[in-house]
Amino acid sequence: MALSGLDIYKHLPKENCKECGLATCLAFAMKVAGGQATLDACPRLDDGAKAALGEASAPPQQLVTIGSGDHAVKIGQETVLFRHDDKFYHPCAVAICVDDTLDGDAMGERCKAIGALSFDRMGTTSAVGLLALHNTSGDVQRFAQAAKAAAVASDKPLVLISPDADALRAAGEATADGRPLLWIKDAVENGDAAIAVAKDLSLPLCLEAPDFDSLAALAEKARDAGLKELVLSPGPVGAAEGLSFLSQSRRAAIEKKFRPMGFPVAMVAMGEDPVETTVDACWYTLKYAGIIVTNLSSPEQLLAVLTTRQDIYTNPQVPVQVEPGLHTIGDPGADAPVLVTTNFALSYYSVESEVESSRIPAYVLAVDTEGTSVLTAWAAEKLTAATITEALTQCGVGGKIDHKKLILPGLVAVLSGSVADESGWEILVGPREASGIVSYLKNQWKP
Amino acid sequence: MNIQDTAQSWSASINELTLGATSAEGGTRAKTVTIGGGKCIPWLAYEGSVGHRPAIAVEVWDAGMGAWPAALLEQYGDATSDAATWAKKAVELGADIVALRLMGTHPDMGDASPDEAAATVKAVLDAVDVPLIVWGCDVEEKDNTVLPKCCEAAKGENCLFGTIKEKNYRTLVASCLADGHKLIAESPLDINIAKQVNILAHDVGFPLENLVIFPTTAALGYGLEYVFSIMERGRLAALGGDPLLQQPVLCDVGLQAWRAKEAVASEEALPGFGPAAERGPLWETISATNYLQAGADILVLRHPAAITTTRDAIDRLVEGAAALAV
Repeated sequence: MALSGLDIYKHLPKENCKECGLATCLAFAMKVAGGQATLDACPRLDDGAKAALGEASAPPQQLVTIGSGDHAVKIGQETVLFRHDDKFYHPCAVAICVDDTLDGDAMGERCKAIGALSFDRMGTTSAVGLLALHNTSGDVQRFAQAAKAAAVASDKPLVLISPDADALRAAGEATADGRPLLWIKDAVENGDAAIAVAKDLSLPLCLEAPDFDSLAALAEKARDAGLKELVLSPGPVGAAEGLSFLSQSRRAAIEKKFRPMGFPVAMVAMGEDPVETTVDACWYTLKYAGIIVTNLSSPEQLLAVLTTRQDIYTNPQVPVQVEPGLHTIGDPGADAPVLVTTNFALSYYSVESEVESSRIPAYVLAVDTEGTSVLTAWAAEKLTAATITEALTQCGVGGKIDHKKLILPGLVAVLSGSVADESGWEILVGPREASGIVSYLKNQWKP
Repeated sequence: MNIQDTAQSWSASINELTLGATSAEGGTRAKTVTIGGGKCIPWLAYEGSVGHRPAIAVEVWDAGMGAWPAALLEQYGDATSDAATWAKKAVELGADIVALRLMGTHPDMGDASPDEAAATVKAVLDAVDVPLIVWGCDVEEKDNTVLPKCCEAAKGENCLFGTIKEKNYRTLVASCLADGHKLIAESPLDINIAKQVNILAHDVGFPLENLVIFPTTAALGYGLEYVFSIMERGRLAALGGDPLLQQPVLCDVGLQAWRAKEAVASEEALPGFGPAAERGPLWETISATNYLQAGADILVLRHPAAITTTRDAIDRLVEGAAALAV
């Protein structure tokens, strides 16, 4: 039975001490009710209140932290099945799989290559988050040594994967400071021993079993043993089966409040065909995976997965915006072009990246349209002769250049006359799409 | 709990819609293509039927292909010399449907006359035996003179014509009604306008069952999530019984994917982003396959490699769903 914010508030100290990080107890209560905070965050809660609120106040899906320090990855604590109902909170972590059979040098090389899988686009950096070490050798000591080597060579938190609880104990002990995720394969057979290891080492644990019922039973066992941070995985399955599992477990957790499924799900995308594997990894990203362990290694493949993630984890309630005003690209001189766009991130970064490609230093004027695109802003009368002229005057670009030419997006060519009248600048009509900017600046632009 | 308890049951499904007509049906197509029919969240076969297999339409232009990125155009070699030859190539590459875009009628790209455009449609119909999508050049006044002629030229072939919009629908609706074609109803990333266009077409006598929704399309990394969520909302409403959103959905993927910098830029321009020859088609593939999870029924594609890999992805979903169906 879900509790309302007010139900929870009644049991709080009502001291507004702010130690939970929020301004008031009521704000904290609303967060807990929304599944976005846990009672643990309140240091002044008495035992009576804890007992009264108990499980009913826990978020439907557990937050799991892997790693420590700056590179720690948080997954889970999702609240909806469809992002339009709220948003997706904790972007799924991509884990590149490495075999423990690699020797020292090869391990170092591999870690370096994985570290390079990082992409800057649209003002954001997306990178591979985890390094998954697979106990391919079947050897306990080898696994522990490889884990140590990987922890030294890479700053990514580790996922330690083995069917052998002893191997997990050895590798987990060797890297415990970095708070790796232990992942027990064939958990129906080996789960009990692995639960004991995770408890001894206080590490998060991923249980892998091929079906829903086994996983639910294992999760119950682990919870009874006192483990909180669990991850569930159906292991290597076909895409259709994997997608079904993801939807079923998410629905069980969030809509049915079925506690044994209240954990993030880890998927395995380790096919032989890299394009097929990329497609699967993107599907799992769109449909609820918390972790994806993959053998993908080429930049364009990871770029596709991480861009899918960037897209689907965008907050649908807030248009992604950049700072309105004048942006400088390169080192523009007095004869540099001035291009107009809006402060909608997709519009702005599309223009910025094309201007960068042209290698022609320029000014880009991002008119404040409350984060709407050129056409939408024009239709809503947020991109008008008046708003453009105001932005142009305020930004002071006129004092930095020795011409008075302004390039408007081709989509709003219709505004040329009115902007010219209002601002007194000469208006040039630029391309309709950002993709036309390079050619426009190179072939048509003249100061 | 039992896993089946998480299945939702739906009262309604996506409309089934057939394109093309065989000789027995008054056309000249060797086979028809039926899409839609899904009665579940996409690919959750344990909830209900996943419906017909999503179709792949391959884009063909009558002129103006200079606008295509070189890396893409070279895949077609000499086949782009005329629309009929290009269409044959599209079918060789695995097109379920040929999507003919009459860019040559654009005032800036040749300004072909309505009769010339109609002749092109005829030529493509003669060259291939799969169903056709016919798009205008997106200049409304021109489309309103060109497309009626094309409808007439393709009478009886049960093509899919596009697009009608909130502010421009009467001419094309009348032509498609008269000549027995289906219609693409376009809306600018807005579920209420999507419904509105359907209502407008319906009010002037066009059956809702003969419409396809085109909610506009965005490439991976360029607002894909907006379209994805609009499609998810539409699907949920449709399954819940809203007849104004039960139309199959078309995604115009190739055009958008090949506008993305990630698809066209060289490795020098995007260091560390992988080889352009792989990156371009992959960008198109993922833009397409991602929409399969939101309920796409027709994917319009361009690159031969993207066509192949998207087809493989559809195969895996269809086969997987058959194995999981209860």
